[in-house]
Amino acid sequence: MVGVADAVSPTGQLDLRGRALEAQMVREALDDAGLTLADIDGVCHHTSSMAFAEYLGIEARFTDSTMTGGSVFEVYLEHAASAIAAGVAECILVVFAQTPRADRAAGDAPAGGRPGPPGPNPMFEWEAPYGLQMPKGGYALAANRHMHTFGTTSEQLAQIAVSTRQWAELNPRAKVQTPLTIEEVLASEMTASPLHKLDCCLVTDGGGAFIVTSAERARTLRKPPVYVLGAATGNTHLMISQMPDLATTGGAISGPRAFEMAGITPADVDVFMGYDSFTITLLLHLEDLGFCAKGEGGPFVEDGKLGPGGSLPTNTNGGGLSYTHPGMYGMFLVVEAVRQLRGEGGPRQVDGAEIAVAHGSGMVLSCMSTAVLGTEATL
Amino acid sequence: MSATADSPGPADAPAPTRIEPPVTDVSRPFWDATREQRFLVQWCIDCEQPIFYPREVCPSCLGTDLEWRPSAGTGTVYAVSVQHRPAFPTMADRVPYAVALIDLDDGIRLMSNVVECDPETVAPGLAVTVRWELLSDGRHLPQFRPG
Repeated sequence: MVGVADAVSPTGQLDLRGRALEAQMVREALDDAGLTLADIDGVCHHTSSMAFAEYLGIEARFTDSTMTGGSVFEVYLEHAASAIAAGVAECILVVFAQTPRADRAAGDAPAGGRPGPPGPNPMFEWEAPYGLQMPKGGYALAANRHMHTFGTTSEQLAQIAVSTRQWAELNPRAKVQTPLTIEEVLASEMTASPLHKLDCCLVTDGGGAFIVTSAERARTLRKPPVYVLGAATGNTHLMISQMPDLATTGGAISGPRAFEMAGITPADVDVFMGYDSFTITLLLHLEDLGFCAKGEGGPFVEDGKLGPGGSLPTNTNGGGLSYTHPGMYGMFLVVEAVRQLRGEGGPRQVDGAEIAVAHGSGMVLSCMSTAVLGTEATL
Repeated sequence: MSATADSPGPADAPAPTRIEPPVTDVSRPFWDATREQRFLVQWCIDCEQPIFYPREVCPSCLGTDLEWRPSAGTGTVYAVSVQHRPAFPTMADRVPYAVALIDLDDGIRLMSNVVECDPETVAPGLAVTVRWELLSDGRHLPQFRPG
């Protein structure tokens, strides 16, 4: 991985949107890599990689519009690394922009999130009539099940939001940087039990891009490369009512496979970037990827080990809970993981970070994708 | 019962206050049975597995020899979330309401609401039985109550 960029705003709203924001992300990522647009021969974009490539005049040998929700950027990373290893393409660009706030300000309909008119999608027939707030309600069901099965508490979930906020306090680009307490999380409105408002991610604008190329090419470029050591995906369902076990995600498939490919164990991870759409989301990742045993996520996070100075630095940018979350957050997991491995974290830099894991979650705990990233020293 | 899901509803039916489920060719027997407040479950004859949501093929064996069998409509709550805000504005008068995943004794899991009780008392393991809410076209939506 040779070039990264992201755009966030202290107000949560960006001035640029659509192709203009995407193009800025591409410019910044190319500059970060020391590449030009002419070097790009592969494109990943979650609505249409063809339309995006046409817009920028890219002739692509690799084109990918897979859509798994917020985890798709980890999926793209897996696909891009595989394609490059197979010689299909050499420089693959992944780009993203989503601006719900700016769209609303401009009077445009918000993108996604709400069911449209009834159609062949079984969600309208078998879920929508019952009035579950989506996607939050799906995660609330998972939290309820986890609490019932393992005795996990609201205080333990709140600790995840608190530890994540401590990282945001160290990131001047984070949307929310004020200190947070467990009591404040528990006192915030409960909109879909057992989740409180502060168990939920932000809703902001955001954009980003990253570039993947061969290791040989990467070593000739501007910054120290970050290597893809392992990557794997696990998709278990689409609708929450079809999830086989609400307490176990596809991360139990993708995590161990990616770790095995990389030849590491959870104890080797210096920085964990785990998709935190909701506090319960992160808790499930910790268990499914093996940082702790199934059911022990609550006690595991209680001592604040996820925060600054803790034994498992997690979501060091402030996460979807406090940094930014434009609806699909996986881009920012990858960008922060690369920055940490380059030592670009500033006040939030994890000393000696050599291995970082970006673990995305898409839709309603539906598709998990794990990428293990490392510095030159890990090869 | 000659009515189909596409027939007009009772003249005095109120305007829908929730999204009413569309009907597909595959699910039509299920929804038609709800007019008589009967709960049908689709089964695969080849591998003796219940199927939900209804499909054109068995997701276990890809078999197409499927049939509809009556269900007692009893089961237990698998997971629940109480909605303190309505998912849709038309449901505002219902809050707070419980949305649950129900494990039917037949071996399927479905989403529904648990009603006729304080929603805060609904918890995993609670035994529930189906009851029916009239839809605007004469079909009924399955709901559950404790017991």
